[in-house]
Amino acid sequence: MAGKTLYDKLWDAHLVTEREDGSALIYIDRQIIHEVTSPQAFEGLRLAGRKPWRTGASVATIDHNVPTTPFKSAAEIVDQTSRIQVQTLQDNTREFGITEFGIGDVRQGIVHVMAPEQGAVLPGMTVVCGDSHTSTNGALACLAHGIGTSEVEHVLATQTLVAKKMQNMRVAVEGDLGPGVTAKDVVLHIIGIIGTAGGTGYAIEFAGSAIRGLSLEGRMTICNMAIEAGARAGMVAVDQTTIDYVEGRPFAPKGEDWDKAVDYWRTLVSDADAEFDAQVNIDAADIRPQVSWGTSPEMVVPVDAMLPDPQAESDEVKRSGMQRAYEYMGLKPGIPVTDIQVDRVFIGSCTNSRIEDLRAAAEVAKGRRKADSVKQVLVVPGSGLVKQQAEKEGLDKVFIAAGFEWREPGCSMCLAMNPDRLEAGEHCASTSNRNFEGRQGNGGRTHLVSPAMAAAAAVAGHFVDIRELDQA
Amino acid sequence: MEKFIRQEGLVAPLDRANVDTDQIIPKQFLKSIKRTGFGPNLFDEWRYLDEGFPGQDSSQRPKNEGFVLNQPRYQGASILLTRRNFGCGSSREHAPWALMDFGFKAIIAPSFADIFYNNCFKNGLLPIVLSEDNVEALFRAVEGKEGLRITIDLEQQQVIPESGEPLAFEIDEFRKHCLLNGLDEIGLTLNEADTIRAYEARRAEREPWIFQ
Ligand code: SF4
Repeated sequence: MAGKTLYDKLWDAHLVTEREDGSALIYIDRQIIHEVTSPQAFEGLRLAGRKPWRTGASVATIDHNVPTTPFKSAAEIVDQTSRIQVQTLQDNTREFGITEFGIGDVRQGIVHVMAPEQGAVLPGMTVVCGDSHTSTNGALACLAHGIGTSEVEHVLATQTLVAKKMQNMRVAVEGDLGPGVTAKDVVLHIIGIIGTAGGTGYAIEFAGSAIRGLSLEGRMTICNMAIEAGARAGMVAVDQTTIDYVEGRPFAPKGEDWDKAVDYWRTLVSDADAEFDAQVNIDAADIRPQVSWGTSPEMVVPVDAMLPDPQAESDEVKRSGMQRAYEYMGLKPGIPVTDIQVDRVFIGSCTNSRIEDLRAAAEVAKGRRKADSVKQVLVVPGSGLVKQQAEKEGLDKVFIAAGFEWREPGCSMCLAMNPDRLEAGEHCASTSNRNFEGRQGNGGRTHLVSPAMAAAAAVAGHFVDIRELDQA
Repeated sequence: MEKFIRQEGLVAPLDRANVDTDQIIPKQFLKSIKRTGFGPNLFDEWRYLDEGFPGQDSSQRPKNEGFVLNQPRYQGASILLTRRNFGCGSSREHAPWALMDFGFKAIIAPSFADIFYNNCFKNGLLPIVLSEDNVEALFRAVEGKEGLRITIDLEQQQVIPESGEPLAFEIDEFRKHCLLNGLDEIGLTLNEADTIRAYEARRAEREPWIFQ
């Protein structure tokens, strides 16, 4: 019999019972809750007179709706509906006895930055959250994926989820990454190859020497965008980097439990003879810094390329999608990526708002200044703790000296549910994960890039190849 | 949850692939803390010429007359016909809520994004996967005949056009059972509370830190 993949192992370890029709009940170790997708779930519990199954399994924070300018209480949030959601989460978590890192708590931040940072996500866990980028947490060798609000309620009430086993896909990136090529470029390159539906129905394990060479933060960036490749869950096997990351975090096991945990965690790798349903091999040397040009994350090209010609696309559905994207983006096939002018820059989101992302952006910003043509550069740390660390390293000063704005933690301009947003027609170099129409504001035009590339675009006023920045 | 057994209705064609949940219900409407009332803002950016915001009276807004759901011939549609990878993007359950609040009972496409597909069933909305060819044929039929209605028979797992052969579709048994009987999944799962507790006891032996 063939060995097991990492995903097989995680699935088997959480199987509570299988039903005749092939669906199963899997146990959920950790649920992360935020203000947007939870109110209706709590309302459902209340209506049915149900209690959470295990309150300790959940941790909550506010992120999507919070302003990124300082505020001290929900009452100070100007937008009424945002204020109600933030307040509702506070009320619900208090009523049901769930831990919340709320307003003014240094641990508050984007769900997928806060949870691993606290050690609330540990290797071998099943992790869910009413947010599709829950896949981020798979970097810690967990089975982590987004769920809908009814499922949030189901997990609260039963600590389980009705699920069907996904198929296994292995994406192996072998070799060394070139200079200026980051985790973000790797994952954009992968999506460019397999497409936004390429991973549908699969759990993707990211493997290979280039992935192993990444920090845990870099692996989170990759797993974060598994969903943009269509896969609900992305994951990376346990190695020393994983263990070192977890050690000493507030929710991590201590003492004897720690040793026992580490022994178990080390088994969380795919067996050498495991069989995958699909395998994608990528040569790290082929990956160049990436820039998305269209309205789907698969519409991505290397920074030194020209925008692609829809006429060369044989799939009719894809071709018309490209044409529509060109119209929306106000761009033309054949122009060099570096000719695209940038109006605003956003450095943040659960994809790229951890300390190493801010360091990478600061390195570019240091001693340089934002181009006059760029209206605004937002730098938004992923959590209060990331912000604190960045300030300790003086990164905030570097950004401010460069004319960038240093903000409070939250989702910010990733999705324009809060005051940070694009105006219609504006082009934004963004380190977030989605470039859909209107994502960053009605009519806004998003270009997905790495933190260093975003900072470089802020300085130049248009996209530049980060590898040539010094000559520029 | 309402039962879904057989549904006969008017079909509206949305001829786009990769329709994402931001498009189905734009983010400014996610701030509600209720499950209902999203219908007027379904496909908001396509349906109206101005920018929508929550709490507005949408009946007074300028409509994009070209958009399919605004065309007189598709008024009262309860079945949405669309292209591949429908519902991709964010996991918001507001997407099926908005589709249902608008009046859709079923969606037919060559493929759906996973989370969206799942969310539909939790709310009694039926997503039906048909082959690209069958979807294409339905598109042609809908364009060719104003007021085209079809019947969806969940029991038999068939899409039955007014004329022509019934088209069979696949559906997971458990989901079918829940839809046919309008069953609440949480109640069903809680019937197995003892099994869940026994599982927890086993896990706590092996990984006590999970339960601290
Ligand atoms: S940063 Fe963006 S993608 Fe991440 S959780 Fe917030 S809104 Fe979602």
